[in-house]
Amino acid sequence: MSTVVLLTITGLGLAALYFLVASGLSLIFGLMGVLNFAHGAFLTIGSYGTWWAAQNLPGAGATGWGFIYAVAFGVAVGTFVAALIELALIRPLYERHIEQVLVTVGLSLALVALVRAIWGADPRPFPRPEIARGTTSILGANVPNDRFLLIATAVVVLVAVLAFLRFTRFGLVIRAGVENRSMVTALGIDVRKAFTLVFAIGGAFAALAGALGGVYLGSISPGQGTSLLIFAFIVVVIGGMSSITGTAMAAVLVGLVQQFANYYLASGVGDLSVVLLLAMVLLVRPGGLTARVA
Amino acid sequence: MNRKNLGRLGPLVVFVVLALLPYSTLQIPGLFDGVLNSPGTLQLLALCLIFGGVALSYDLLFGFTGLLSFGHALYFAAGTYAANLALTEFGLGLGTAVALTTAVGVLLPLVVGAVALRVEGIAFAMVTLATAQVGSIIVLQDPGGLTGGEEGLAVSREPIPDVFVGVFNTVNKYWLALAYLVFVYVVAAWVTSSRAGRVWQAIRENERRVEVLGMQPYRFKLLVFVLAGLLAALGGVVHLLLLGGSTPRVTTADFTLGLLIMVVLGGAGSRWGAVLGGVLYTYLDSRLTDLAQSPAVQDLPAWLRVPLSEPLFLLGTLFILVVFFVPGGIAGLVARLQERRAGRRSAPPPTGGTAVPGRAVEQVRDRAARGVGVGAGQPRDGA
Repeated sequence: MSTVVLLTITGLGLAALYFLVASGLSLIFGLMGVLNFAHGAFLTIGSYGTWWAAQNLPGAGATGWGFIYAVAFGVAVGTFVAALIELALIRPLYERHIEQVLVTVGLSLALVALVRAIWGADPRPFPRPEIARGTTSILGANVPNDRFLLIATAVVVLVAVLAFLRFTRFGLVIRAGVENRSMVTALGIDVRKAFTLVFAIGGAFAALAGALGGVYLGSISPGQGTSLLIFAFIVVVIGGMSSITGTAMAAVLVGLVQQFANYYLASGVGDLSVVLLLAMVLLVRPGGLTARVA
Repeated sequence: MNRKNLGRLGPLVVFVVLALLPYSTLQIPGLFDGVLNSPGTLQLLALCLIFGGVALSYDLLFGFTGLLSFGHALYFAAGTYAANLALTEFGLGLGTAVALTTAVGVLLPLVVGAVALRVEGIAFAMVTLATAQVGSIIVLQDPGGLTGGEEGLAVSREPIPDVFVGVFNTVNKYWLALAYLVFVYVVAAWVTSSRAGRVWQAIRENERRVEVLGMQPYRFKLLVFVLAGLLAALGGVVHLLLLGGSTPRVTTADFTLGLLIMVVLGGAGSRWGAVLGGVLYTYLDSRLTDLAQSPAVQDLPAWLRVPLSEPLFLLGTLFILVVFFVPGGIAGLVARLQERRAGRRSAPPPTGGTAVPGRAVEQVRDRAARGVGVGAGQPRDGA
């Protein structure tokens, strides 16, 4: 029983990480039709930004408020880089989706290579705040606290995004844009502002995922973002490409399947079963979990 | 037409020059470290030729048919690992190993393609990416000590004919690589001008129209998927013989992205463009690494030295610049220069009729626009 509890909560923690990366991807894809390969680089930037801030920024540190300050710095850098990329590189290629994807591919290689050039390819130990170090006993299982940190953050983000989409004007524009972008443009609304916004939001979430992933894994390396990105892609596709709730559901599914299969079958099988899951979902429901039945 | 003759003769001239190259003792300072026929230079050139061929196989998918696959690395990796296992683990001869690899090179893309091609656009890209990731995971997990995990797998020398073993025989491996490239080029030239090839290009332009004409795009797409996979797998075998082992680096998504960059750099939808892109990318990747360690760069101030030390940073940046300023890659650039020299006005946008080589990306764009909403491509033409 305690194993099941531990696996479930760890799986949910992983799902939280996937959700943070995938939600931004799905917003960007839904609104702009761009599959953002540079998302993994945003994650790497977020984690290295946090790591750098925890050591060098006055007031920031590895624990307590200092750590939150460091994470805020990492997220700010990730948001800034994402918005800058949208303005400088994605926007000029408006409506040219393949070129936009190609640019993000180039960025994903270049940015990760730049981080590797500056800080080296070896993993760096990541600060773990006190709150994440302990364990909590639930139903006889000693669950490390960092899982709860991940899950709580993801839930907060999920609620915040849903509220933002539902109750704000920008959220309305984004929702309408996902439905039918040309109609929104025809109504005289500048969707481009929303493009920059979703890119910035996506960058912020990815950077947050980078910081939390660092806490969860205990170390960071430049290639981490890319390996997480592939699973985030799978989550986005299973979730139906442009639905936040679908993405959340798919993230939970993928996280749990991966954890349980990795434990009960063999290490590595979990990753394989996730791909199998993707193939199955696409064959049965080509539009993903949340596809509307026409 | 003048250009047509050149188009026929050009590849032949290049082939003869490349075939005779190992007899030359020319020293090209800056471009290569040693004389042209030194083993180091030949090794690098052979690598360039192999990747030229693999890039061309990817161009069949991406440039000619408009299939954006993110899993082409899988078939290349399957080729090198299958041949390696056959030689090293089962102790088979080289001929049998190549036959076995050919079987794998047909079956694997057949199975993956049969599933992946049921969806379109981005979903197809994702399924191929995910299946390639499976290959990468399996290789890195090292099941039963078969694949050697991160260390890679050295090939057993015994079953390999002596002419392909050792540094002295680098020249033979170079010719083998050249033969592979010629093989891929001839096959590509043949199939792209065959009936199937024309259907592929029609699918790239407008899949729905092909369907309306009473053909099944699925079968044609599966055919090109298997053919490209097989050609890549054979490239894996040559790569194995050249390097004397398999490395897990060729299983990663980055490797596929590298192929994509090669094709876009050279010009998607152009045969020689893709080959040139593959050669150029491989050359730059290798030489930039050397450049980073050279004293000239090491003495630079940190803000210049650090980005220069990563070839991928430079290649990624170069790639973005190409996408922005040289749409159609090198082949597109050459085509445009020729148009200008011919005194014609710039060509009308390729909306129908023959495709301008290297402009495939621009043509794929429309399809991708329809691909929004996964597999639910709304028919746009005529409506």
